[in-house]
Amino acid sequence: MDNLIALLIAAPLLGALVLLLGGRRLDKSGHWLGTLLAAVSFVIGLVLFADMLGKSADDRALHQTLYTWIPVEGFQADMAFRLDQLSMTFVLLITGVGTLIHVYSIGYMEHDERRRRFFGYLNLFVAAMLLLVLADNYLLLYFGWEGVGLASYLLIGFWQHKPTAATAAKKAFLVNRVGDMGLSIAIMLMFTTFGTFAFGPVFEASGQASEGKLTAIGLMLLLAACGKSAQVPLQSWLGDAMEGPTPVSALIHAATMVTAGVYLIVRSADIFDAAPDAQLVVTVVGAVTLLFGAIVGCAKDDIKKALAGSTMSQIGYMILAAGLGPIGYVFAIMHLVTHGFFKAGLFLGAGSVMHGMNDEVDMRKYGGLRKYMPVTFVTFGLGYLAIIGFPGLSGFFSKDKIIEAAFAKGGTEGWILGAVTLLGAAITAYYMTRVMLMTFFGEKRWQPAPDADQAPSAEPAAEHAAGAMPHPHESPKSMVIPMILLAVGSVAAGAVFEFAGFVEWLEPVTGFEHGHSPVSAAAVTAATVAVMVIGVGLAYLQYGRRPVPVVAPRGSLLTRAARRDLLQDDFNHAVFVTGGTHLTRSLVYVDHSLVDGVVNGTAAAVGGLSGRLRKLQNGYARTYAVSMFGGTAVLIAATLLMRAV
Amino acid sequence: MSPVVNAGFPLLTATALLPAAGAVLTAAVPAARRTAAKWLALLVSLATLVLAAVVFAGFEPGGDRYQFVESYSWIKDFGVRYELGVDGIGVALIALTALLIPFVILAGWHDADPLETSSKRWRPTQGFFALILMVEAMVILSFEATDVFLFYILFEAMLIPMYFLIGGFGDRAHSGSDENAAAQRSYAAVKFLLYNLVGGLIMLAAVIGLYVVAGNFSLTEIAEARANGSLEMATSTERWLFLGFFFAFAVKAPLWPLHTWLPNAMGEATAPVAVLITAVVDKVGTFAMLRFCLGLFPEASKWATPAIVVLALISIVYGALVAVGQRDIKRLVAYASISHFGFIILGIFAMTSQGQSGATLYMVNHGISTAALMLVAGFLISRRGSRLIADYGGVQKVAPVLAGTFLIGGLATLSLPGLAPFVSEFLVLVGTFARYPVAGIVATTGIVLAALYTLVLYQRTMTGPVKEEVRALPDLRARELAVVVPLIAVLIFLGVFPKPLTDVVNPAVRHTLSDVRQKDPQPQIQNVEAAK
Amino acid sequence: MNPVNYLYLAALLFTIGAAGVLIRRNAIVVFMCVELMLNACNLAFVTFSRMHGNLDGQIIAFFTMVVAAAEVVVGLAIIVSVFRARHSASVDDASLMKL
Repeated sequence: MDNLIALLIAAPLLGALVLLLGGRRLDKSGHWLGTLLAAVSFVIGLVLFADMLGKSADDRALHQTLYTWIPVEGFQADMAFRLDQLSMTFVLLITGVGTLIHVYSIGYMEHDERRRRFFGYLNLFVAAMLLLVLADNYLLLYFGWEGVGLASYLLIGFWQHKPTAATAAKKAFLVNRVGDMGLSIAIMLMFTTFGTFAFGPVFEASGQASEGKLTAIGLMLLLAACGKSAQVPLQSWLGDAMEGPTPVSALIHAATMVTAGVYLIVRSADIFDAAPDAQLVVTVVGAVTLLFGAIVGCAKDDIKKALAGSTMSQIGYMILAAGLGPIGYVFAIMHLVTHGFFKAGLFLGAGSVMHGMNDEVDMRKYGGLRKYMPVTFVTFGLGYLAIIGFPGLSGFFSKDKIIEAAFAKGGTEGWILGAVTLLGAAITAYYMTRVMLMTFFGEKRWQPAPDADQAPSAEPAAEHAAGAMPHPHESPKSMVIPMILLAVGSVAAGAVFEFAGFVEWLEPVTGFEHGHSPVSAAAVTAATVAVMVIGVGLAYLQYGRRPVPVVAPRGSLLTRAARRDLLQDDFNHAVFVTGGTHLTRSLVYVDHSLVDGVVNGTAAAVGGLSGRLRKLQNGYARTYAVSMFGGTAVLIAATLLMRAV
Repeated sequence: MSPVVNAGFPLLTATALLPAAGAVLTAAVPAARRTAAKWLALLVSLATLVLAAVVFAGFEPGGDRYQFVESYSWIKDFGVRYELGVDGIGVALIALTALLIPFVILAGWHDADPLETSSKRWRPTQGFFALILMVEAMVILSFEATDVFLFYILFEAMLIPMYFLIGGFGDRAHSGSDENAAAQRSYAAVKFLLYNLVGGLIMLAAVIGLYVVAGNFSLTEIAEARANGSLEMATSTERWLFLGFFFAFAVKAPLWPLHTWLPNAMGEATAPVAVLITAVVDKVGTFAMLRFCLGLFPEASKWATPAIVVLALISIVYGALVAVGQRDIKRLVAYASISHFGFIILGIFAMTSQGQSGATLYMVNHGISTAALMLVAGFLISRRGSRLIADYGGVQKVAPVLAGTFLIGGLATLSLPGLAPFVSEFLVLVGTFARYPVAGIVATTGIVLAALYTLVLYQRTMTGPVKEEVRALPDLRARELAVVVPLIAVLIFLGVFPKPLTDVVNPAVRHTLSDVRQKDPQPQIQNVEAAK
Repeated sequence: MNPVNYLYLAALLFTIGAAGVLIRRNAIVVFMCVELMLNACNLAFVTFSRMHGNLDGQIIAFFTMVVAAAEVVVGLAIIVSVFRARHSASVDDASLMKL
């Protein structure tokens, strides 16, 4: 069984290689191959899962060491994998949702001439993501970490001829690199502290290290998590990342890659448990982001960007839960998985809507779509109910637990965190209801597609003549079926986890403690449902009762700020982009004028001097004779003088 | 240590002599048979690669420090010997050189062809390839030389063919008039020559000084005498001599602020020659720091370390920032190289086994990755006839393979895991961090900046709407693919399986560290493995 | 007679010769002045030989004469050929070596 682990990664990796190197011959069949290999990986995952279930809880982890990756004196990184319950959960999520999204993409990308390459990138992503969650040491995790970053870069910028897409891709990579700095430094700190960065030994020894060191490591890991999971202050790339094709947004920027930060923190539980200060910062980051994302999500009219804000916010929940320690780890992962289902479903639904609406993304130009796209409406609606935490659906179970755990943190912190999570739940209900109402309810607000010149959209379906009215229609089967399956997951996952013992499943890896909440569980649940109802009601009053204006009203100061991602981007632009440009320009100038100038100046001085000296060579023998006599006289004088002294 | 001297076939001499002989033969090919000269040069370089592979395969990591030793008296009166021997570091770099030259030749296949207006008696084509082989011979020999004087001669002599390669065979893609381009080219060539000559002059003084102090030129003898205490040097003498050597190497490497010749030279030279400069010739500088500075002057090396670490950090950050601001593709790559050389020097002077192994690997990997990036950039430039980034846009749409390979070269430059440079860069960072945490963190910012200049370059040239001038660009041809694909394959192979290289390098690094009597810093918590 | 006086004479002759070399334009005269300087040196050598009581100075004087003779041959040949080429024996006219 151990040897199957590498196969998990190998299958999609093979797909990526074949598809990217195969050339045009594979244009016709490439997408099937890519989907098949993702499915193969999923099947292997299921086999391993079945095997794992058959073992006792403490004996489930599998290890496989292929070879020593980097052998240097005192520094050893193995190409080694670990498959325990935590990685297993991820493996199933990645390959399962991944396979569904492969299927969906067959239909979605049908008209794109570069579909083969798209599937190659998707397979590359799946392979890298599996490497990330299966790695048995931090350096190999870093390999997967950057690998998914690369896949994300390639896929966000898939329509490279759109300058916005290319810029968004670059931005995502760069912001992630800032986070990666954190991961590098964390690994270096581990190396100097423990002499190794393999999971097992580091976790074993984490008790012996000083708290300061562990806090530093924890904070650096958090920085990495912030980059990858779009947490404040490194969140700015996620909204722009929606430039990528919608299946990419669903798979990478909703269900899997962006949750890697949560994985990292939960995986490093032993380090964080011993560094309460770092944990506190984690919860703060989570809390801030969950509000930040929710507020941004309320103001966006672009359906994908609204969902992106929501993703940020939901991951904020997970990070917050992960920061709570053993009372929260399990629920962080549980929410991660349920979120993977419903958010992927929501994105696929959004993609389906766009597919039927000439790639319009502005929700103000939707309206009343439920009649035209019944299946999309139902699946999207189930995802909607799941995310706002409608009782019985998956989001309800997982979010409720996080809110409970937040209160159980105890003390003032517990109350603040609990309040923030409740507030977040209310805002979630508000913005999701807004999305739902603006898209599927109300009257039709469709408009002719903009001229191709004005919006050089290259979404595959953008072959409609410019100026044509959209004809909303249900999407093809290959797109609808994954949506249905994900909707089933969104509905059922929570209950299944709750009653099938998700806590017991993960406990051997992450540890688990029952928190002692100052508020009873029933009260929390009641409060959660209550704030949800308030959120839904507010949104209904604003968007359900009144017609939605096609042109966005100016809005309050907060709305306008939220539309601009709470000015964070403007800040980045002013400080890093403008400042950086000035810095590089001035350095180029310095390099040219100062550093090079010194050298060129020396050269010019020598040249000038020699020009002067050259004048002495006038060709008159008598002048030379004078200089000879003069020189001789000076020499004799000098000799005599030396004698005299 | 008593390695077998002059036993059997003089493999090292042969490895260097073969390209030298090839250079002479290539130069002698009649003017009209240009293509024959090219093939001859290519075959000779491939044969050299075979010999280098034999050296690599025959090198025993567990054996003597210097292997394949050859030693003959040369100038008896001064104790100068023709003394060759390779340790793991030398083996790795010889392999790099021998590996890159065939691709340099193949990539430069048409770079020295006659212009249409030229007469039939056009000879420079032969000269171009002969000079490349000559550089290869000298560089390989300098990696093998264990006699300081012999090394010095080679260190200086390789400037001559390089000077002609830069000054005589400029990039045909330039903005402005031909005369202007010629002036810039000769400026670049002269600047290259002067910088390196000044460095060499100072080194000459130090070489003479070393002779006065030590009485001979043998690296192995002097290093051994220093190690067992039979050769005492006054502290100030040692420091002056160290500085003399280091200055020359820092010019060649190049280290900030002695770097400004590199962008000019790489910008004006053809892409293959630019690769020759940065990937091969410059490595002699960093190699010599590792072998001569540390081996001959261990105490002075330790004394100078703080200053050198600071300069290396400045190189890393400064090179990367200035690269971001470049408008010329080749100059951008040149500044990126300056940043990378900062990493190499940082790794050498961190004086940890991770740092120095990483630095050695870095030399190899930087050579390959820069070659990949620069050669693809050269193919692009030769198509469009412009080196300016602003003249491109949307290339990926018309030439996807070119854009893809360019991206992979760029990703290697920014040290993406899975590609070879990541391994070396991370080792350098870890090795530095273990001894100088602050320096390690500052250097880590380099990974963000590297992503910045690489991706900005890629975005501006390859993505976006297709520019009109770019619309007709052909994709990579078979010859060009034959250059790029093997390089990328090596990058990926060494990225996931660097063991063949580390096996050879590790023992050499152990020796070097014992030369300077440095031990790795130990982790704070011992016996973590035992706890497992 | 005090031999030092001969030295004074030698110095005087040398100075006259040097001044001639520097001042006169005619190559022949310059040439003769060079001879004058050489002979001043000879005189000094002989005087020193006498003063120190050994023959070294006299031997060197002979050497000088031989060299001077050779120099006259080469020098005159040059002057004559320059004169043929430029119809002038002025040293100022021959300034082709200027950069």
